[in-house]
Amino acid sequence: MPATSPTLDQIWNWLAAVVDPEIPVISVVDLGIVRKLNWCEDQGEPKLIVTITPTYSGCPATAVIKRDIVTALGERGITNVQIETRLAPAWTTDWLSEQGKRCLREYGIAPPQRSGCSGSYAENEAAIECPRCGSKNTRVVSQFGSTPCKAFYVCDACREPFDYFKCH
Amino acid sequence: MRNADCGMISDLTLRDPHSAFRISLFDYLLRLADSCLILSQRLGEWCGRGPALEEDLALTNVALDLNGQAQLWLEYASQIEGKGRTEDQLAFLRDAHEFRNLLLVEQANGDFAVTITRQFYFDLWHSLLLQELLHSSDQRICGISEKALKEVQYHLRRSAGWVARLGDGTEESHTRMQRAAKELWQFTGELFEIDAVDEAMVQQKIGPDPRTLQSPWMDRVKSTFTEATLAWPDAGWMQRGGKCGIHTERLGYLLAEMQFLQRAYPGAQW
Repeated sequence: MPATSPTLDQIWNWLAAVVDPEIPVISVVDLGIVRKLNWCEDQGEPKLIVTITPTYSGCPATAVIKRDIVTALGERGITNVQIETRLAPAWTTDWLSEQGKRCLREYGIAPPQRSGCSGSYAENEAAIECPRCGSKNTRVVSQFGSTPCKAFYVCDACREPFDYFKCH
Repeated sequence: MRNADCGMISDLTLRDPHSAFRISLFDYLLRLADSCLILSQRLGEWCGRGPALEEDLALTNVALDLNGQAQLWLEYASQIEGKGRTEDQLAFLRDAHEFRNLLLVEQANGDFAVTITRQFYFDLWHSLLLQELLHSSDQRICGISEKALKEVQYHLRRSAGWVARLGDGTEESHTRMQRAAKELWQFTGELFEIDAVDEAMVQQKIGPDPRTLQSPWMDRVKSTFTEATLAWPDAGWMQRGGKCGIHTERLGYLLAEMQFLQRAYPGAQW
């Protein structure tokens, strides 16, 4: 353990470098998975509690994310870490940071285009902006894409297929 | 955030592992878990065999969501049982008569029409149930339901969309959908039956009276079938028993495959 515990701000910065294993351009902080950090005392030693909220119930990336967080903190000298999983309130794409959305777009994934909490996420999403040419002349090919959080679209203007990070 | 509605069950009710309520709650959680788990396993059988690549991905993505939900329910069931059985042991070391899933979800995949119709009947019931469970007096159940409901509404959008398109599609797709709607109808009565376990949950405000889900379910099936130009399936004999462990022979074969590894190599881990 370091002589003095790093500040929480410092730790947030470190975790901002831990990327999602399936979309390696966005960090687990920008995705809104890491909800809370706090120090507590564990038999006289400082212990860091990291509270996370998983994205989709069955997302296989969750286990890898937990491991990556523990590893990243370990490299900074924080070895006494406890990961707590909190389900409620349920994860929503509203928690994606603006920085995260920008990174997704630059990577070729259209970011969610409206609030996931509006209650209308069960309706089809139309006019999603193509991350390559910016056209809204796009249509859904499949409601499910390469990971649980994405749908598969195609742009009728530039003819390129693309992933859409769906509202949730 | 809806959790403001949710209270906590008193610690006293849960302290005694042999209390009748606790045993009922364990059973209730197994019902929620097992329907998700068994349907997930069925959908997984489509992996690599989907009628199109997009469908292959969709079927297995739905399977993945349901698998995750089953895990959340089984984790809680394991704690309520309090006998040291983990969620994996509950999934892989129980025999058919100990499973509490609906008969509907253990039915064979059949053709794509059967798979989609089974999914539509289930998704609709599942979403109505989860909406009620958001107001459960058990906070953990509220939390899992809130998470699962978002996924299930998405599943319903897809399965209802397919019912409409295939029913109102070609002569061949219409005939197959009509056949599937009728074949699976006999397994839908069980969705709305109440027994002692449900009654205990209603009494403690844990879960809804299943009978109250029937009318909204029927309404939505009717409107979807009308859109799909499908005739209403004839009412006839309704099968029952899944909720209390009496299953069709199909479940045994499914478990033989799903549980093979843990049966052959007990305790094997990645």
